Amino acid sequence: MRIRAHPIIDFKKRAELPFYFQKKKIVGEEGDTIAAALHAAGVRTLTTSLKYGSPRGFFCGIGKCSSCLMRVNGVPNVRTCIAPLKEGILVEMQEKLAELPDAEFFGEPKKTIDVDVLIVGAGPAGLCAAIESAAQGASVLIVDENQSVGGQLVKQTHKFFGSKQERAGTRGIDIAKELENDLRRLESEGKIQVMIDATVIGCYESDKKHRFGVVERREYTSTLYDVRCDAVILACGAMENMLLFPGNDLPGVYGAGAVQTLMNVYGVKPGERVLMVGAGNVGLIVSYQLLQAGIAVDRVVEAAPVIGGYNVHAAKLRRCGVPIQTSHSIKEVCGEKKVEGAVVVRLDENWKPIKDSEEYIKCDTICLAVGLTPSTRLLSQIGVDLEFIPEAGGYVAPHDGAMQTSVKGVYVAGDASGIEEASTAMIEGKIAGLSPAILLGRSKNKKLLAQYREELAQLRAGPFGEKPRIAKQKIATLAEAHHA
Amino acid sequence: MREYEKTGLLSMKELQVPSKKQLAKGVAILECVQEIPCNPCVDSCPVHAISMKDINAPPVNDFEKCIGCTKCVGVCPGLAIFVVKVKDDKAWVTLPYEFITVPKVGDSVQALDRTGTVRSKALVKKIVKHGKTMVVTIEVESCLAMDIRNIKV
Ligand SMILES: Cc1cc2nc3c(=O)[nH]c(=O)nc-3n(C[C@H](O)[C@H](O)[C@H](O)COP(=O)(O)OP(=O)(O)OC[C@H]3O[C@@H](n4cnc5c(N)ncnc54)[C@H](O)[C@@H]3O)c2cc1C
Ligand code: SF4
Ligand code: SF4
Repeated sequence: MRIRAHPIIDFKKRAELPFYFQKKKIVGEEGDTIAAALHAAGVRTLTTSLKYGSPRGFFCGIGKCSSCLMRVNGVPNVRTCIAPLKEGILVEMQEKLAELPDAEFFGEPKKTIDVDVLIVGAGPAGLCAAIESAAQGASVLIVDENQSVGGQLVKQTHKFFGSKQERAGTRGIDIAKELENDLRRLESEGKIQVMIDATVIGCYESDKKHRFGVVERREYTSTLYDVRCDAVILACGAMENMLLFPGNDLPGVYGAGAVQTLMNVYGVKPGERVLMVGAGNVGLIVSYQLLQAGIAVDRVVEAAPVIGGYNVHAAKLRRCGVPIQTSHSIKEVCGEKKVEGAVVVRLDENWKPIKDSEEYIKCDTICLAVGLTPSTRLLSQIGVDLEFIPEAGGYVAPHDGAMQTSVKGVYVAGDASGIEEASTAMIEGKIAGLSPAILLGRSKNKKLLAQYREELAQLRAGPFGEKPRIAKQKIATLAEAHHA
Repeated sequence: MREYEKTGLLSMKELQVPSKKQLAKGVAILECVQEIPCNPCVDSCPVHAISMKDINAPPVNDFEKCIGCTKCVGVCPGLAIFVVKVKDDKAWVTLPYEFITVPKVGDSVQALDRTGTVRSKALVKKIVKHGKTMVVTIEVESCLAMDIRNIKV
């Protein structure tokens, strides 16, 4: 199941790391997560459902959906899709409700960190926010729950659109490297603290400054940090949407991000034959990347009457012989303990299934690319006003032109502020990074703010920018109303 | 609703089609017809043949200026640019290629059209690497010049 040859990524063989799954020895590779190593060994069932005991594999692959919780070295509820693999560890499927272990949970006592700006999430938005804030003289802590920084960029092997400023023509994976280099340089100059494999778990009572709890994981035990900051930028990205159909919980039904993570980050094949659901840019791009990894794509089905993604992406797939069926959807997944096939169905103009139009297809993997929902749980816990804006992908925080929400000193950027693109996430990140620096008196660079806003407006000007344009207009109107 | 929005397939009516004379010298066919925020093709062209009203407008190639140099093919993130040059009964088609089976100059490969259907055999004439994208020039029958857009190695 390992991908050894790839046209874009160099998957060199890494050092072998033996470990145990249900007492059986399995050999993973350095850099794997636990779930990636299990997949590479053909293990897709990681847990069972609490209610029915049916098998479960991971869906999101980025630490958000909790269907990959396992017990590791006696510690229950480890999110194996983001937990790094270590030599000799004991990985077990856990009984329905995990027992609280006797072991000390927190390896070390809590520590305190004081900074100007805390940034939650090190995707394109968070990285740009951190770099901008630090460049303007603010002290910065950036936290991400993954093993590496870069967010969704580290799996995007395709070249990006946009203009020179947004690094058009550069692959997402290379943009991630460039941003990481900038970050590490500022880290070595003592201007930024970087914490990976760590989660910002919540905001706590405090007199003046904002106060957050951060849990850093080491060897599957955790250290709690008490972080005080004047401003916080929430750049925590988004979660993949699920669709309702029988069999959607079988191991082998993945979100597009999970498929991309497995194959492009860890070099592990999610399966051999895939049905892609959704013909937006994400569905089209991931389908093409599956072909590049040597995995067959049976077809792409799209419920809408038109392809939502760019025609250039659709054309790339078509000339490789992959059919795209608009007004089609998935009816059900077939299989006992894993995906063995699926039934697709044609829809009429009211999006209702047409009788006798069902077709059975054989596949071992279903990939859902049916949109994303902004991650706003931290925002809601802080007490930031949230509003439901369909064009933004769900509940989002009304924010002003400086990306500040209804709570002073709390900023948003990137997909967490409304689903869009990495190119816009980077500019929003820069704005969100610059604004608190100005607020805190670290910078007077208001001109730059105007320039970034102009770049954003340009990117959103075309017909494909319509949805975010509407979303951001609604957000601005709501922010003003809330302010008044 | 346009047909290509349903199928993903462009037809000649959406594309700028060069004249016989222009095809004889070799020109770039920009198979990018929607308004998307993208413009590296404009910057890549050494003779400024490609233009765009603004970053969202579709690119337009001035076939009179274009010298068929193929620079834009490897740059385009949409893998949507093809250079076509017709000489007598043969056509050279230059296309971007990003798959693991690597062609070599002199190889005989399968030539596919926009639907992925194999239409003929093709001879690999030239390969230039642009980063990880291979820019491959193949030779096919000239009647297939505007149809062949992919290869299978
Ligand atoms: C298949 C695919 C193809 C795409 N192609 C393109 C493209 O061609 N061009 C383009 O511009 N965009 C593209 N995008 C969109 C782009 O990837 C996203 O819009 C962008 O990554 C959003 O950036 P972000 O920084 O807001 O979020 P993310 O990149 O999702 O980063 C958020 C980070 O926050 C971390 N995090 C969340 N909560 C916490 C917490 N509580 N504590 C610590 N860390 C936390 C997460 O682990 C994550 O690393 C694509 C997306 C996908 C899925
Ligand atoms: S082939 Fe060369 S001259 Fe023609 S448009 Fe492309 S870069 Fe310009
Ligand atoms: S670079 Fe390619 S995708 Fe971008 S505008 Fe030019 S032709 Fe279209």
